[in-house]
Amino acid sequence: MKADPKGVLAGSHYLDGDYALAEGALAAGCRFFAGYPITPSTETAERFSERIPSVGGVFIQMEDELASIAALIGAAWGGKKVMTVTSGPGFSLMMENIGLACMLETPLVIANVQRGGPSTGLPTLTGQQDMMQVKWGSHGDYKIIALSPDSPQECFDLTIEAFNLSETYRVPTFVMTDECVGHMHEKVVIPPAEEIDLVERKWYTGPKDQYLPFKPDKDMIPFMVKVGDGYHFHITGLTHDDKGYPVINAECQDVCVRHLNDKITMNADKIIKTEEEEIDNAEVIVISYGITSRVTTRAVRKAREAGIKVGTIRLITVWPFPEKRIRELAKKVKAFVVPEINYGQMVVEVERCASGQAPAIHVPHCGGWVHNPDDILQAIKEAAK
Amino acid sequence: MKKEDRLELRNPIKDLLRMDRIPHIWCPGCGIGTVVTSFAEALRKSEVDLDKVAILSGIGCTGRVAGYVKLDSIHTTHGRALPVATGLKLANPELKVVVFSGDGDIAGIGGNHFIHAARRNMDLLIICVNNFNYAMTGGQVAATTPRDANASTAPFGNFEYPFSLPYLAEASGATYVARWTALHLRRVTKSIQEALGKRGFSFIEVITPCVTLYARRNRLGDGLNLLKYYYEKSEIQHGADTRTLDISYQGKLIVGKFVDKEKPTFLDCMNEHLGKVLGDKYQPYGVKND
Repeated sequence: MKADPKGVLAGSHYLDGDYALAEGALAAGCRFFAGYPITPSTETAERFSERIPSVGGVFIQMEDELASIAALIGAAWGGKKVMTVTSGPGFSLMMENIGLACMLETPLVIANVQRGGPSTGLPTLTGQQDMMQVKWGSHGDYKIIALSPDSPQECFDLTIEAFNLSETYRVPTFVMTDECVGHMHEKVVIPPAEEIDLVERKWYTGPKDQYLPFKPDKDMIPFMVKVGDGYHFHITGLTHDDKGYPVINAECQDVCVRHLNDKITMNADKIIKTEEEEIDNAEVIVISYGITSRVTTRAVRKAREAGIKVGTIRLITVWPFPEKRIRELAKKVKAFVVPEINYGQMVVEVERCASGQAPAIHVPHCGGWVHNPDDILQAIKEAAK
Repeated sequence: MKKEDRLELRNPIKDLLRMDRIPHIWCPGCGIGTVVTSFAEALRKSEVDLDKVAILSGIGCTGRVAGYVKLDSIHTTHGRALPVATGLKLANPELKVVVFSGDGDIAGIGGNHFIHAARRNMDLLIICVNNFNYAMTGGQVAATTPRDANASTAPFGNFEYPFSLPYLAEASGATYVARWTALHLRRVTKSIQEALGKRGFSFIEVITPCVTLYARRNRLGDGLNLLKYYYEKSEIQHGADTRTLDISYQGKLIVGKFVDKEKPTFLDCMNEHLGKVLGDKYQPYGVKND
């Protein structure tokens, strides 16, 4: 299915990442946005609120982030493609209903323009400190998809991708950007609508009385209907059966929770996207994502000038994590270097996958600014020893 | 005569219930079921298209209503039925969206959502079953517990001031506000019917017995005793000033329809305002076949 030209601002633009998120959403067919102002993400809501009246849809500023994500769930079941944007403190508030969205297998997109935390932290300065929260933040076992753009262009591209993944797998999908990328102005090329491929929601078309909102199809993903189409269906945040009825016992919990996790795990190969460079003969591999991958470029160049064989992996998909690939490479390299603007998050995942076969050297940065490339270079040199 | 043909054994609202989920979880003497009956009766009488009615609940005893009513129904998280309903209504404006939940859900944890949905005059019908306590979790003190009443987390009696829900609703912008008790079933039905026919934020509070917890802890007897209390102490005062509706422990219950006015809804305002400011550039939203 191709994009609706009404939402596509085709052409070359000079946009910041936040605006590009909004343009990506509109191009992807998002026609409902509920949000609450929070630095450094607010510009996305501003852009959407300005653009949507002429596209046809709704922008609503809710009373808080609890309500924003709740409204998204309602609107998604009302048939719309939906999105919100936030940053750390708002993201924390959304955790409750991110769980509900996972449980109800509701397609929706959340962008997190990360800032330094914990708590109010650094409202105006960058961070990559919510990378584990996006995976584990709501209670219980579930899996989500998270992407990490490294430029305004990717904010646009990956927002469309996020909508497609979200619709394909009926799962909340996250665009985990950060203040730097969010406020960085660069050229963003928006292709014409006919060049934008979109995934249509997997609508159910069978007999009305036989609709089962959580019955996995062959590809593990259940069909959806929208409220108002006469199915008289029920959905609940309680542990439920295929019919959506609550069943409070360990057996049903097993089926329900396994499904929420397996539908992502089993499709991980189809979901995961990374960008690899000079991996084949690499002694050291730098794994980075988002803004940090751009800082890494300079460190890697310098390391290569110094004769070190460095490869890079840029995580475009952060969750699910490219587990198999890292496991495979761990057998071949001396070490991984993982710079990120936090005190150690994705590095734990690299370590887990490397499973003792190669060390993962973390290059921490507590937030507020990007790394000094020399710190990353230092770690690469250390790793090459 | 077969059992299902006997009039007194036939469930008159069974077409509107998920009979495959019955028996329900509510205690004998509880008032929630009777409010559901009124709701079903109101739906039947108002002849609305049932395909276009959605019901949402939060968490708690009343939060289970969405699970028993055979409409498109969403059982959400605690306090969040209102913002989910807001999203649903805005996504699909032709729906009649009903939030059916308890006092703890709507006025406690969801209080902020309640005042804001009312402020926006979101086109929603809220049926709030007020049983004066958090019943599902064992009878804890609530934002509606009358002063001096005993609750499991107010074991020496409640000393906090409770909300008066009709006052809160009106002050926040509701365009229809009524209060009844579980004794006033025909009135509840009529109110729901009226509200279903209206556009805007409608709020109906129904005071109901919680026999197992609130009544037992306060030694108020069984369901019948509570209905007797409602009978003796309730006074119908249509149009009463909502500032005068405080409920004291076992005191007078002023019931009736207090507010019934017309005001443009959120979507009316959005369409009118953006149409005025943006002219032809604006794509009116939710106006037929959108």
